[in-house]
Amino acid sequence: MIEREQVLHVARLSRLRLGDEEIDTLAGELSSILDHVDKLAEVDIEGVEPTSHVVPLENVLRPDEPRPSLDRELALSQAPDPHDGAFRVPSPQAEF
Amino acid sequence: MSTEYEAVIGLEIHVQLSTRTKMFCGCELSFGDDPNVHTCPVCLALPGVLPVPNAQAIEYALQIGAALGCELSPVSTFDRKNYFYPDNPKAYQITQAARPFAVNGRLGEVRIHHAHLEEDAAKTIHTGGGGRIKGSDASEVDFNRGGTPLVEIVTEPDLRSGAQVREWGQLLRATIKQLGVSDVNMEEGSLRCDANVSIRPVGSTEFGTKTEMKNMNSFRFIERGIEAEVARQKEVVASGGQVVQETLHFDPATGELHSLRSKEEAHDYRYLPEPDLVPVVPTPAMLEEAASSLPELPAARAARYEGIGVSEQAALLLSFELEWAGYFEGVLAADQSIEPRVAANWVTGEFAAELRKQDDQALADSKVGPESLATLIGLVQAKKISHGAGKTVLEEMVASGTDPVTVVAEKGLEQIADSGELEKIVIQAIEDNPKPAEQVREGNEKAIGALVGAVMKATQGRADGGEVNRLLRQHLGL
Amino acid sequence: MADIELLAASGAETAAKIKSGELSADEVLAFWLDRAGRDRLNGYLWQADRDSARQGLGEGGPLDGVPLAIKDIFCTEGVPTTAASRILGGYVPPYTATSVRKAMAAGMPMLGKTNMDEFAMGSSNENSAFGACLNPWDTERVPGGSSGGSAAVVAGGLAPWSLGTDTGGSIRQPAGFCGIVGLKPTYGAISRFGMIAFASSLDQCGPLTRNVTDAALLLNVLQGRDEMDSTSVGIEGGIKAPDAERLDGMTFGVPRALMGEGIEAGVLARFEDTLIRIAELGGEIVDIELPHAGHAISAYYVLAPAEASTNLSRYDGVRYGLRASNEDLLSMYEVTREDGFGPEVKRRIMLGTYALSSGYYDAYYGRAQRVRTRIVEDFEKAFGEVDFVVTPTSPTVAFKLGEKTSDPWTMYLSDVFTVPISLAGVPAISIPAGLAEPDGGGSELPVGFQIAAPAFAEQKLLEASYALEQAIGFDGSAALEGGVS
Repeated sequence: MIEREQVLHVARLSRLRLGDEEIDTLAGELSSILDHVDKLAEVDIEGVEPTSHVVPLENVLRPDEPRPSLDRELALSQAPDPHDGAFRVPSPQAEF
Repeated sequence: MSTEYEAVIGLEIHVQLSTRTKMFCGCELSFGDDPNVHTCPVCLALPGVLPVPNAQAIEYALQIGAALGCELSPVSTFDRKNYFYPDNPKAYQITQAARPFAVNGRLGEVRIHHAHLEEDAAKTIHTGGGGRIKGSDASEVDFNRGGTPLVEIVTEPDLRSGAQVREWGQLLRATIKQLGVSDVNMEEGSLRCDANVSIRPVGSTEFGTKTEMKNMNSFRFIERGIEAEVARQKEVVASGGQVVQETLHFDPATGELHSLRSKEEAHDYRYLPEPDLVPVVPTPAMLEEAASSLPELPAARAARYEGIGVSEQAALLLSFELEWAGYFEGVLAADQSIEPRVAANWVTGEFAAELRKQDDQALADSKVGPESLATLIGLVQAKKISHGAGKTVLEEMVASGTDPVTVVAEKGLEQIADSGELEKIVIQAIEDNPKPAEQVREGNEKAIGALVGAVMKATQGRADGGEVNRLLRQHLGL
Repeated sequence: MADIELLAASGAETAAKIKSGELSADEVLAFWLDRAGRDRLNGYLWQADRDSARQGLGEGGPLDGVPLAIKDIFCTEGVPTTAASRILGGYVPPYTATSVRKAMAAGMPMLGKTNMDEFAMGSSNENSAFGACLNPWDTERVPGGSSGGSAAVVAGGLAPWSLGTDTGGSIRQPAGFCGIVGLKPTYGAISRFGMIAFASSLDQCGPLTRNVTDAALLLNVLQGRDEMDSTSVGIEGGIKAPDAERLDGMTFGVPRALMGEGIEAGVLARFEDTLIRIAELGGEIVDIELPHAGHAISAYYVLAPAEASTNLSRYDGVRYGLRASNEDLLSMYEVTREDGFGPEVKRRIMLGTYALSSGYYDAYYGRAQRVRTRIVEDFEKAFGEVDFVVTPTSPTVAFKLGEKTSDPWTMYLSDVFTVPISLAGVPAISIPAGLAEPDGGGSELPVGFQIAAPAFAEQKLLEASYALEQAIGFDGSAALEGGVS
C-alpha cells in the first residue's frame, strides 16, 4: 500500500507538484498496480543475470572528430527565456 | 587522559580529458569561448537524441587506469545518475557506477578504489535579478562545457594529513600531466578535487562520520582546508559533540569553513543501467595501447634517480616536472663524468635559484642549455674554479647566456693553482688581521673564518677553500 | 487512374505506377494531401502542404513519390514535434530523425505527423494531449495505441502507409485494431536516433501498412546501422519483397497457457481459423510453453516506467518546450512538469521513480530485469523448437472510447500478447485475420494475428506472413472511406 506521504516523496523526486486530489488518486492507482507487479516475487530469479540490453554489441564508439555544432541562434530558438546567448533560469530560492 | 585522534582522508578527483570533442557528441571542446557556441542536439539533451562514446576518451581513461596501477575491467558499463539541475540537461548524468573501467590501483602510498568515466556538467552563472519576480536572482546556463569527458578517480581513505594530500595530489597531477591526457589545470577546472575527511582515535580501524569538502582549486588550499576541517572536527569531539555529515566549502581568503546546502534532498540518485549504451570491453589491442603508451611515470622516475645517488628531495622535484627532468638528463648526457648527485644539486639548487632570482625566468626561456651547465659543473668538479666562483659564473651565464669558459677567462676567476702565490696572500692576511689571528692562536678556532674571508676577498674567490684553510693553519702554528 | 484505385492501392503499387509514368509524383501527393486535409479521425496533429511535404526529398529512390505519414514522436527539422504532449506544445526540432531522413532520401514526401498517446504511453490513443484519435471502422471506438494515429490514417484512407513506434505493442496492437499490417522489427534493426524516447531498451521504429509487401519495402529502406545510435545493428543483407506461397516445413508454436481468460470469443475464433489456414499451407502447429511470459506485463510495468521516468526528466522548462513558472527554480521544475504532462505520463513517471528509488531498486527494477532474462530465455528455448510463435495480437477487438480509462491495469492488459515479445527484443508482425463481433455484440471489427520470429529473422517472418496474408485474403476497404468527412 502506497501512503500519501510516499506519493509526495516520489512526486518531489520526480519534480511534479501534484494537486491534492491527484495525490489520493495516485496513491490508490500506484498501490493497485504494485499489487499486480508484486507477483514477480513468484518467479525464481536465483542466480539469474539482469537483462538491460538485448543487443549483442560491445565497444560501439565514435572517433574523436569534431562535427559542426548548432548555430547559437538555433540552439536558443526554443528556449523559454534566452538571455545574452544563454539559457536563463530562475535561481533557487529556498532550500533545493 | 585525553584520546589522540588521527585524520582519515579519501579523495575524489575529477580530471577533464583533453580530447578534441565531447564525451558523447562531436562538439568541440574549448575554454573561454562565448556561451553556447559548442552545443548540438545531443549535448543540449533535445528530445530523441542518443549518446555515442568518444573512442579517444576511452583510450585516455584506460591510460590513466594503467598509470594508477589499476586492474582494467574486462567489461565496463555506463549508468544514469538522476538529479535535476539546470546544468544537467538530461537531468541524468551518464557515469559508471556498477562497473567502472578501472579498479584496485595504487599510486605511491595511496590505494585507488576505482576510476570511472563520466560527462561534465554545464556552467551556471548566477546573475542579478534585474526586475524579475520577487527580486530573485537568475542564473544563466552555458552548455559549452557540458559533456566534457571526465575521469573520476576515487581513492581509499589512506591519507592522514593535509600536507600528505598536497604532496600526493601533486604526484597525481604530475602523473596525469605526463600522460598527456589532460591539462590538469586546477584554476581552469580541468583538475578538481573533493576530499572526504573524518577523524578517529589513533589505533582504531573504524571510520568516523565524514564531511565532504568540495571543489578546491589548488593543492595549497586543499591542504589548508583539510587542516582546518581536521582541527574543527577534533574540537567538536573534544567538546563532547558529534561530527555531522555535511558538505563544506573552504574559503582560502578567510580560512573559514561554510556548510553548503544539499542540492537534492536525500541524494536519491536512482541509478540505472544506461540503456542507450553498450558495454566497453577493452580488446587486447586497446589494453596493449594503454600499457605501451605509458611513459616513465613520476614515481618510477623518482625511484630511478634515487638509485643513481640523487638525493630524495631532488629526485622528487625532478620527477614531478618533466621539463626539469629532461634538463637534468641533458646535463648528465653532456658530461658523463659528472656525478648524478652533483648534477641534480646544481640543477634543482643553484640553477633553479638563479632563474628565480633573475626575473623568475622559465626554464624553457633560459639562455643556459644543459650542455653549458654541464661545462660549468665540470670546471668546478675539476677544481678549475672554486664552488663560489662557479656561482658567480652561473649568475653571468643566466643573465647573458655567455658560455662558462669565457666568463671564467673574462673575470679571471680561474682558481689560483700556484701554492706560492696563495701562500703570500695568506701571510699578508694574517698580518692585516692581527686580532682574529691572535684569537685563533689562543684556541678559538672559529675565528679562522675571518681570515679565510680576507683571503677569499683578496683572491676574488679564486682560491680553493681547503688549500686556504691548510695554509692558514700552517702559518698560525696549529 | 481513378481516385478510388489510388485510394485502395498499396504503397508498392503506387510506387510502381509512378516509376512507369502512369502517375506523376505530384498527382499522388496532391491526392493524399487532399485526403489528409479531410481527416475526421483526429489522426493528424500536423499536416504538410505541397512545399513542406517535399522538403529534404531525395530523387530516384525506390519508393519515389509515395507519401508517408509519420508518428509525431519522430523529430522533423522545422516541423512541430510534440509526442502529443503539452510539454512539447509548439516545439520545433532543429534536426530530423534518422529513420525519417532515410524515408525522405528514398523519395517519400512527408504527409503529416500523426496523433498518438502522449510520449507513446497508452494502448488507445486516448492519452493524447490533443484529443483522442478515432477508429475508422467505428468512430466510437479507439484505434489502439500508442501509434493510434499512424494506424487510423492508413486504415481510414488518409495515408498510404505510415511510421510508428512500438515499445510494448504500440505498432502491432493498433494495426490489429484497425485491420492493417504492423511490423515491430528486432530491437536494433532501425535507428532510434531522433525518435523521442519512452523506454530506451524496448523502443523500436516500424512500418504500418496495407499489406505485408509494403511492410517489407519500408523496412528495407528504414533498417541499417546508424553511427548516431550505439544500439543499432541493421539487418544483414537487407530485406526483399516476400513471395512465399506455402509454409511447408515451417513450425508455428502456440503458447496456449498464455491465452487464458480475457480473450474475446470472436478473437479466439479468428485465431483458430488462422491456425487452420497455416495447416492448409503446409505449416505445422505445435503447442509450446513460455513459462514466464505470464509475468511479462508486470515486469514491463516496472522496466518501461523506470526508463521512462529518467527519459522524461529532460522536460524541465530550461532549454525548450513549456515553462509554466518562473517563480523560483523548484517551481519552474515542478509546475512545468505538473502542467505539461498528462495523467498517464505522470502515473508512469511516479511508478518508475518509485521503482528506482532508494530501498526499492532490488525489489522492483532489479527483479524485473531478471524476470526479463527468464522471458528472453523462454523465447530462445521456443525458437529452438519452432520457427515462429503465434498469438492473437490483442485479447479483444477495438474497444469503446472511455471503456478502459478508469482502471490502468485493465488497459495495460491489452498488451498481454505483445509485451513478452518486446521484452525478448525479437521481431513480430500483426496481420489482419478477419473480422469478429466484440463480446456483447455490435458490428464486426478487425482481429489481428501476431507472428513472432527469432532476432533478425525478419525476411523469414515476412515470407510466412505474406503466404498467410494471401490465404486469408482480408479486405479492409470498408474502412477506407471511414477517415474522411
